Amino acid sequence: MPLDKNRIAQRIAQELKNGYFVNLGIGIPTLVANYIPKDINVEFQSENGVLGMGPFPLEGEEDADLINAGKQTITTLLGASFFDSSISFAMIRGKHIDLTVLGAMEVSQTGDIANWKIPGKMVKGMGGAMDLVASAENIIVAMMHTNRKGISKLLKKCTLPLTGVNCVKKIVTELAVLDIGPNGFILRETAPGVSIEEIIQATEGDLTLGEEIREMSF
Amino acid sequence: MINKSVPNVSEALEGIQNNMTLLLGGFGLCGIPENAIAELVRLKITNLCCISNNAGVDDFGLGLLLQQKQIKKMIASYVGENEEFERQMLSGELDVELIPQGTLAERARAAQAGIPAFFTPAGFGTEIAQGKEVREFNGKMHVLENAFKADFGFIKAWKGDEAGNLIFKGSARNFNPIMCGAAKITVAEVEELVAVGNIDPNEVQVPGIFVQRIFEGTNYEKRIEQPTVRHKT
Repeated sequence: MPLDKNRIAQRIAQELKNGYFVNLGIGIPTLVANYIPKDINVEFQSENGVLGMGPFPLEGEEDADLINAGKQTITTLLGASFFDSSISFAMIRGKHIDLTVLGAMEVSQTGDIANWKIPGKMVKGMGGAMDLVASAENIIVAMMHTNRKGISKLLKKCTLPLTGVNCVKKIVTELAVLDIGPNGFILRETAPGVSIEEIIQATEGDLTLGEEIREMSF
Repeated sequence: MINKSVPNVSEALEGIQNNMTLLLGGFGLCGIPENAIAELVRLKITNLCCISNNAGVDDFGLGLLLQQKQIKKMIASYVGENEEFERQMLSGELDVELIPQGTLAERARAAQAGIPAFFTPAGFGTEIAQGKEVREFNGKMHVLENAFKADFGFIKAWKGDEAGNLIFKGSARNFNPIMCGAAKITVAEVEELVAVGNIDPNEVQVPGIFVQRIFEGTNYEKRIEQPTVRHKT
């Protein structure tokens, strides 16, 4: 059965390593914070100027001066710090962040990503995504494999305006975990009960099968 | 001590005119110069070019200026959550330039620091880089971006003293410190204005040299855009 959004986040959380500084994008990526393995320490950075982000506040304890990049009220953990936007992007551009997780509308088999604009329909802006994808060395994209019409979002070439080029290394969808290699997408893991054939059908870009394809475990 | 304090927002905005370019601090509705925005609405200043990370919501923040059609051009990184903005943008009434958030921050900081331009990897290979000089450094392509040029900078801080020294609170810091001194005139509004001597020099986050006018704001609403809570477990 395909994964739901929480399961996708849970699978991505398995990529967290002890000592990682992590930037999570809006949407499915935000949910990754709910599944940090118990035996490791990681710190979350929010590009509006917070390192050491904690959970949402209890009701009545919201602080208008303390939000995340999604404009939600948050708390801080012990050891947290605040800083201005220039310092925040020094952390990002300067490769001090170990893992970036973000959503996408399309990803190409060469690692291009599009996630900020649909010409004529929707323009929300790139926020910090262009800075993140241009500099991060470890980017995981959390996305659905196909759109609502069933059309693949894993493409030979992106059709929407790009956010960055040759930057995505790993993708986790409701169907599969895929890497991007020199010859396109490489299938590494399948969601429980999802067949390789289903994943091939849902992938428009070139897809090669990894040497050892395993079923995701949670 | 050079005294930067002015008694109220009207004096703080003296010299503001139509067609000016403004830098405005804040991220979403967090740390926005509420008093300066209200005064711009009251003065009916129009044809403004506003540089700010976001454009407010329909009825608060820069959304108040959009409602009155006072903004001609908006430079921002993210403009979701504002229907009036989207309507004006899609109808062509509003000129919009979307730029990467880190580039927006650095263009402000560069203006503050007297650096005319800089190279950044953000946006290479995208429409953001169209028409801009690109150059390879250390095997990676970068885009040349210019420092902002603005007439007024409107900053919100938590505390300040008469010398213009500023302290920020929480994530309300965001773009505010780097927009100080990035425009010809920087106006800082603070929740609490204290006499000099009441802020320890060790605690100063922005030195007063970057601020031309400072005043204590009134009636801060400090609206929360996405109130989010967890439940006790």
